[in-house]
Amino acid sequence: MKARVTVTLKSGILDPQGKAIEGALKSLGVDGVASVRQGKVFDIEISGSDKAKTEAALKDAADKLLANTVIENYAIEING
Amino acid sequence: MKSAVLVFPGINRERDMARALKLASGQEAAMVWHAETALPDGTDLVVVPGGFSYGDYLRCGAIAARAPIMDAVRAFAAKGGLVLGVCNGFQILCESGLLPGVLMRNAQLKFICRDVHIRVERSDTAFTRGYNAGQIIRVPVAHGEGNYEADEETLKRLEGEGRVLYRYCSADGVVDEHSNINGAAQSIAGIVSERGNVLGMMPHPENHVEDIMGCTDGRGLFAGLVAHLERAA
Repeated sequence: MKARVTVTLKSGILDPQGKAIEGALKSLGVDGVASVRQGKVFDIEISGSDKAKTEAALKDAADKLLANTVIENYAIEING
Repeated sequence: MKSAVLVFPGINRERDMARALKLASGQEAAMVWHAETALPDGTDLVVVPGGFSYGDYLRCGAIAARAPIMDAVRAFAAKGGLVLGVCNGFQILCESGLLPGVLMRNAQLKFICRDVHIRVERSDTAFTRGYNAGQIIRVPVAHGEGNYEADEETLKRLEGEGRVLYRYCSADGVVDEHSNINGAAQSIAGIVSERGNVLGMMPHPENHVEDIMGCTDGRGLFAGLVAHLERAA
C-alpha cells in the first residue's frame, strides 16, 4: 500500500522558516499571500493489505520518529 | 570519574569532549559506538557530544535519539546516573525524552558560531558545583538550532523547580532580548531533568578548558562533576 504522512507544526509554534518563505513570496509579488507554514511530507510504501493494521503501523512510525509531537501534528493518508 | 562518550555518525566534538574529561578527571573516557547496547561497567558519567548526527536529517538529534545505545542511556539515567548532553547532545536528549522541550531553529535563522556569556543560576547541582551561583562564564556556541522552546506549563515547572542551570546573558550578566542569542524561551541555555541527573546545554564548555584555548571558564563544569562523584563515593 502507498501512504502519505504529512507533518505540520502545531498552531502557535513559531515557524521562522515559514516566515522567511512568506517574505520571499511577498517580495516576488505573488498575489494575496497571507501566511506560510512549512511542513514535511513522507511517502511510504508499506506491505500488507489490511487498512486498519497499516494505519496503526503508520501511527506508530509517526509517534516514534516522523513527528515530534511536542511541536508537530501529523496526518495519515492511505491510498489503497 | 569513569566517563563514556557516545559516538554517532556525524558527531564531531567527541574528541574535544574526551580531552576535557581526561584533563578534569585524569582518566581516559571510553568512546561508545551508537550501535552498542550496553555502557561500559562502572560508568559514572555518560556524555552525548556535539556535532551533526546523521546530518541533522529529519530533525536535529531525532535519529540518534532512537539508536540502540540510547536504551542503555535511558536505563542508566533512570537509576540516577549522570548524563551530560552538549549542543547536538542536548537536541538528542530532548528527542529521546530524557529532557522536556525542543530545540528550534535560531530565531534569526542564522548559524551562530562565537563566544557567548552564560549565567550559572545555582551552584548546588552536580553540573554547577564548580561555579558560584550568579557567576558569568564565557563559552563558545556553534549551532543553528539552539532556540529552546517548551509549552508554558513545562517552562513554569522548569523555573519553579530551579531546573534552568544556565542562561544566556551579557558580559556583565544582564539577561535580556539582546543577550538571548538564539531567541530561546527565557534565555535558557541549559536545563536539568526532574531528578537533576541529566543536563542538556547548547554552549560548549569542553572548548574552554585549556589556556591555549584562550579561556578556561568551561573547566568548572567538569571539575564540579569530578568533585560531585568523589563526594558521593
